[in-house]
Amino acid sequence: MKKLLLASVASLAAGTAFAGGHAEEIKLGIILGFTGPIESLTPSMADGAELAMKEVTDSGLLLGGAKVVPVRGDSTCIDAAAATAVAERQITSDGVKGIVGADCSGVTGAILSNVAVPNGMVMISPSATSPALSSDADEGLFFRTAPSDARQGVVMAEVLLEQGISEVAVTYTNNDYGKGLADSFAAAYEAMGGTITINTAHEDGKADYSAEVGALASAGGDRLVVAGYVDQGGAGIIRAALDSGAFDTFHFPDGMIGQALQDNFGDEIEGSSGQHPGTDSDGAAIFVDMVAGAFDATSPFTPESYDAAALILLAMAAAGSSDPADYKSKIEMVANAPGEPILPGELAKALQILADGGDIDYIGATAVELVNGGESAGNYRQIEIKDGAISTVKYR
Amino acid sequence: MDVLNGLVALANFVLVPAIAYGSQLALGALGVTLVYGILRFSNFAHGDSMAFGTLVVVLFTALFQSMGISLGPLPTALLAIPFGIAGAALLILGTDRLVYRFYRAQRVKPVILVIVSIGVMFVYEGLIRFIIGTGEQRFADGERFIISAREFKQMTGLREGLALKTTQGLTVVTAVIVVALLFWFLNRTRTGKSMRAFSDNEDLALLSGINPERVVMVTWLIVAALATVAGVLYGLDKSFKPFVYFQLLLPIFASAIVGGLGNPLGAIAGGFVVAFSEVGITYAWKKVLVYLMPEPLEPSGLVQLLSTDYKFAVSFVILLIVLLFRPTGLFKGKAV
Repeated sequence: MKKLLLASVASLAAGTAFAGGHAEEIKLGIILGFTGPIESLTPSMADGAELAMKEVTDSGLLLGGAKVVPVRGDSTCIDAAAATAVAERQITSDGVKGIVGADCSGVTGAILSNVAVPNGMVMISPSATSPALSSDADEGLFFRTAPSDARQGVVMAEVLLEQGISEVAVTYTNNDYGKGLADSFAAAYEAMGGTITINTAHEDGKADYSAEVGALASAGGDRLVVAGYVDQGGAGIIRAALDSGAFDTFHFPDGMIGQALQDNFGDEIEGSSGQHPGTDSDGAAIFVDMVAGAFDATSPFTPESYDAAALILLAMAAAGSSDPADYKSKIEMVANAPGEPILPGELAKALQILADGGDIDYIGATAVELVNGGESAGNYRQIEIKDGAISTVKYR
Repeated sequence: MDVLNGLVALANFVLVPAIAYGSQLALGALGVTLVYGILRFSNFAHGDSMAFGTLVVVLFTALFQSMGISLGPLPTALLAIPFGIAGAALLILGTDRLVYRFYRAQRVKPVILVIVSIGVMFVYEGLIRFIIGTGEQRFADGERFIISAREFKQMTGLREGLALKTTQGLTVVTAVIVVALLFWFLNRTRTGKSMRAFSDNEDLALLSGINPERVVMVTWLIVAALATVAGVLYGLDKSFKPFVYFQLLLPIFASAIVGGLGNPLGAIAGGFVVAFSEVGITYAWKKVLVYLMPEPLEPSGLVQLLSTDYKFAVSFVILLIVLLFRPTGLFKGKAV
């Protein structure tokens, strides 16, 4: 009896060892806010990340034909305790080898410092843009495919000054995103010689913004910079400013640019300008073709999610290991030049090059270029409101 | 010229918004003060009564719009107000029948009625969100402006514009009419006089044959009408959002208490005091002062006493000051 037991245990052990040697199963966590304030964006983001995983699995070229299995988790976008619990569970119980996420800046910082760094887990966020994350101690474990708002602040300052606008009033939505963006813009703009007459917060979800606009109008300026949300207080501020004749033209960062802006205001804000992350590289168009309507490929941060998952898997291939400690140093290598440029849909080709000992430069759907210790350098689309519609001026 | 520009800027950013807001607060405070004077408790469900009346108006406005009925340059919502009042009256009288009457028969202390009204408030909130959801509803239509900032600048050649929205004009006119009607009713009609008698001394009023249930019913009807009108005017001027109506409770109570709870005149004065302090204290006076002051005295800072984030704090502070130094309010209401 004893012998029989021993034999079966031995054969079981042999069986698992055999399976492991043949084709490893690699689990990747996807931690996004499937419930909460950005729940409308996250489904297509997760689909984007899973598309990259499927592409790699189908190629059969990662670490001897490993199968990549996504594990979804809900970050809630705002509840740091819930998000860290999810990340903890994915690492200790599911055994993920890397995390695509999190999404919102607050929960991303919480997961990074409480779970990822203590467990040595690599995180690539597709959408956390707060400048504060740049200075967090991440031990080389944190990357993002969305640019920091510190970069957007600089771009915004350049766009305004190039138009000859040297005096602006700024209002921002009172949260990490708005405050971070307004501060980075103010620093960049003043350093370049612009003047900010007032830099003040507005709360989302109020019925009336005439008091806020009164203060902004009193401070004056050539243009009003609205760092808010287009279906929230930002729209209220613009409406009140137009009604009272305080400002005619505005400048909009990414949170304000959307179809709703055009629909609600149209030619009333003629001549206003703005910018949001975007690229004219071929990658974005190829990505849209590749998705072929299976989900919304142009939804914000969806291409970034594809790129985040792809980077983790390519780095694993480059390191020849799925252990975060081994592949974390390879992420910047696969993302940046030199090497063969890799567009979306070419992951199989990239894996082959890496297997043959070559070098790749991952371009992906968003023209990824990691700088400053693992942040996207950031490409922006500069827009203006012309004939009541949003039109592209150029990419920068 | 500079003086004119300064005055126009003052009117555009302070006087016009504050007068409109003050009228809306005054109408709301009148409802609170009537309940306090006659039924003797602070009705915390008032904000949500306003929201409910407005909700009915929003629904009827949508119905009229789909039927193609409109008032031309005026908002269609005006046509729907009677239905809103009827809806609010049904809800409030139903609540009275189910809830308040039970406690009135027990002759409970006012503080218990206050707590009861908080319970009623939560029920109303649920009901409103159940019907229309938590989102923002815009139901204003017709002409947006009596005069827009751009037209004003072209007309006068001044550098500053003065915008007057249709809803702001409408708010003030409607408020004046409603207040005049209310005072005529309270002072001239038999029912109004019996209500005031009931308010002054309940026992004497009962002895002289006034039917208390009738007084209570008329009071609730008037409160429903006032709440609906105030809610609709606020919603037309800004927008309808259930949570915002709940937040309005604070400035409304501040207005009623500043004026003197139970005193209708005080409620109106209180509404304007609160509105002007909120707008005036959070306004950045730089623009106006630069126009009005001689050049050497022109301010370089914003001259803003409080950031606009603290708008609600102003109501609190006014409330505290009044309760500390003049608990009966400016117009000798009842001590709280």
